[in-house]
Amino acid sequence: MRLNGGQALIKSLEMEGVEVMFGLPGGAILPVYDPIIDSPIRHILVRHEQGAGHMAEGYAQATGRPGVAMVTSGPAATNIVTPLCDAMLDSIPIVVITGQVPTAAIGTDAFQECDTIGITRSITKHNELVTSAQDIPRVIREAFHIATTGRPGPVLVDVPKDIVDPRNPRSAMEWYWPDTVDLPGYKPTTRGHPRMIREAAKLIGQSTRPIIYAGGGIIRGDAADALYELATMLDIHVVTTLMGRGAFPDSHPLCLGMPGMHGNYTAVTSMQHADLLITLGARFDDRVTGKVAAFAPHAQVIHVDIDPAELGKVRKADVPIVGDVRLVIEELVKLIREQGDPRDTQPDRAAWKATLDGWREKHPIHYEQGWNEGDSLKPQFCVDMLRQNTPEDTILCAGVGQHQMWSSQIWRFDRPNSWVNSGGLGTMGFAVPAAVGAKVGQPTRTVWAVDGDGCFQMTAQELVTASSERIPIKVAILNNAYLGMVRQWQELFYEERYSEVYLSPDLPDYKMWAEAMGCVGMRVEHPEEVVPAIEKANSIDDRPVVIDFRVSSEEKVYPMVPAGASNDDIILGPEQGPGGH
Amino acid sequence: MAPQPPPAHHILTVIVENKAGVLARVSGLFARRGYNIFSLAVAPTDDERFSRITIVVDVESATLEQITKQLFKLINVVKITELHPDDSVVREMMMCTVRAEAGTRGQVIELVQVFQGRILDVGHDALTVELAGTPTKLDDFEDLMRAYGIIELQRTGRVALARLERQAPKLRSLGRVG
Repeated sequence: MRLNGGQALIKSLEMEGVEVMFGLPGGAILPVYDPIIDSPIRHILVRHEQGAGHMAEGYAQATGRPGVAMVTSGPAATNIVTPLCDAMLDSIPIVVITGQVPTAAIGTDAFQECDTIGITRSITKHNELVTSAQDIPRVIREAFHIATTGRPGPVLVDVPKDIVDPRNPRSAMEWYWPDTVDLPGYKPTTRGHPRMIREAAKLIGQSTRPIIYAGGGIIRGDAADALYELATMLDIHVVTTLMGRGAFPDSHPLCLGMPGMHGNYTAVTSMQHADLLITLGARFDDRVTGKVAAFAPHAQVIHVDIDPAELGKVRKADVPIVGDVRLVIEELVKLIREQGDPRDTQPDRAAWKATLDGWREKHPIHYEQGWNEGDSLKPQFCVDMLRQNTPEDTILCAGVGQHQMWSSQIWRFDRPNSWVNSGGLGTMGFAVPAAVGAKVGQPTRTVWAVDGDGCFQMTAQELVTASSERIPIKVAILNNAYLGMVRQWQELFYEERYSEVYLSPDLPDYKMWAEAMGCVGMRVEHPEEVVPAIEKANSIDDRPVVIDFRVSSEEKVYPMVPAGASNDDIILGPEQGPGGH
Repeated sequence: MAPQPPPAHHILTVIVENKAGVLARVSGLFARRGYNIFSLAVAPTDDERFSRITIVVDVESATLEQITKQLFKLINVVKITELHPDDSVVREMMMCTVRAEAGTRGQVIELVQVFQGRILDVGHDALTVELAGTPTKLDDFEDLMRAYGIIELQRTGRVALARLERQAPKLRSLGRVG
């Protein structure tokens, strides 16, 4: 069957099972947009290419399937650089297709030409410039294979115009679909080494103060069920990192919640006192460890990761295991079961459990919502009410900053793929487009974005996309009129010298802006209005909803471990002051 | 036996797919992660699908492990081997144009012969010399030529291959990376 390159590209996406793609056409990618008219793939027209990338990420995080974005060359390619880097740091499988100037024009500084491959080389798992139309099915097949296997990540395919333009003879190709991929340098290890798994079981069997440190790898690796079995079988407490929220149910008594810079006291301190960290799909990020030399000083480390480069990168592992985290956990569970009933074979950990329970009781995450006239609305209260008044299977998206940390702290995540946020790169403006992508992937689930006013202004235009495509997401802006997290640092560490952080609560008028974009807009200023507004938003299913919650700008995220400090110096609240003691 | 101090230079032999842009991926990774390349030599192997890159890096062994792991994450990197100086043959080539006026020419030619080099080109008051050998030998020759006046000098960077096995096959894989 003779096809042109553009047809072959779209057909290749169909062969990969792509149902939705996010994008915006332009000169170099024009020929690939023509066959979309005849394809069953749904194309969602974004208003900015960054939105397309984050939508693909949101789609991937909510569904576990690869997200796809397609944009043109030059400025469109540079606009999608941020989502690529975001997906790289959070191991999100996306495939991005960019147009490129015709092969003969590459390197001549042609109109809308940029070195897309060069620019994105270090922020993609892999990228490839396609040089002939005949290669298109193979390259697309490889792109999806690389994006979704091993440690997932973004793959970019750069497509020069001449090989997809039917008016150019170079676009002619004979259709085929490769059964296999031939990548001699790419063979991820999935089975953990049996000897290492035995070593891990041995360390666990000797530990009296173990903690399971579960990261985003559990969610990407579809290992939440396996983790549940391991933790409950051994009766070992679990901390879930920012990327791993939902990997183990928050409502389970063994769940300690989030560790790290804004983690809760028990999660942070449990790691400091543990004698064993069972690290599963986590990477000892600096936001978790604080000062590395002072992190978990008494703990031996079991570290399971599909990416060998993570083992020993930050913290030396006593038992490093390269492999698919689900397969390794399953092997570990099987092995420990074979050794007998864990209630008999595991050491007595009653004292440790009592210690953890004591900490939990003494230092829960807390806030106080005042109800007197003149009391300001607390952002934590808004998040809390949102959680209590939305369906159990709601997907929560967040931008980056205070609102993200409050969301992660206060929300109760009971299942994986329910928390969509930008962890590694910390991309402000992530929430709205990611929520659009998540809702497209999970149309029957309620999708809320909790956003900051600073974040919202970066990508709000994608609500136009949501309105016109009838994607009814809901956005809760915690509007404190500031770049809140920066303000918090300036208050605590720069003697309240506020430099360039004030945004104004009224400019823009978020309610009017939302309405102008085809959404329902609401404004909430008093605590008693919060729940009715949330209920009203939940009842609207034919268009997006935006609620402008006017919240206190003085609220800070606590607990907090100052950057570079030891986790032992955790600050629980304002009474402790910036020094902590 | 006391542990040997780690060698300052580590030689990595990296087999990569012979495709456009692969060298940029490798060198870009070193730049991005702040690893310094001491020397680098690259050419296709006997199998035209693959190229061999010989990279000399000057790092501690913990960093070296991270370098090899990060390198191996590149899709086009097929195999990485660390060559320990004791277990490998290392060669480098140099071309050098050195001042050799009538009064000193004889001495320069004599030194070239001692080092088993070859004279490639003869000018009015200069010679261009080719010399191959171990990096130390090249260093020594370079030092000696400096006294006469080096006009231009180009070294290729090191290339290396593993020493042939003289031990029982069972011991073969011990102490190797990759």
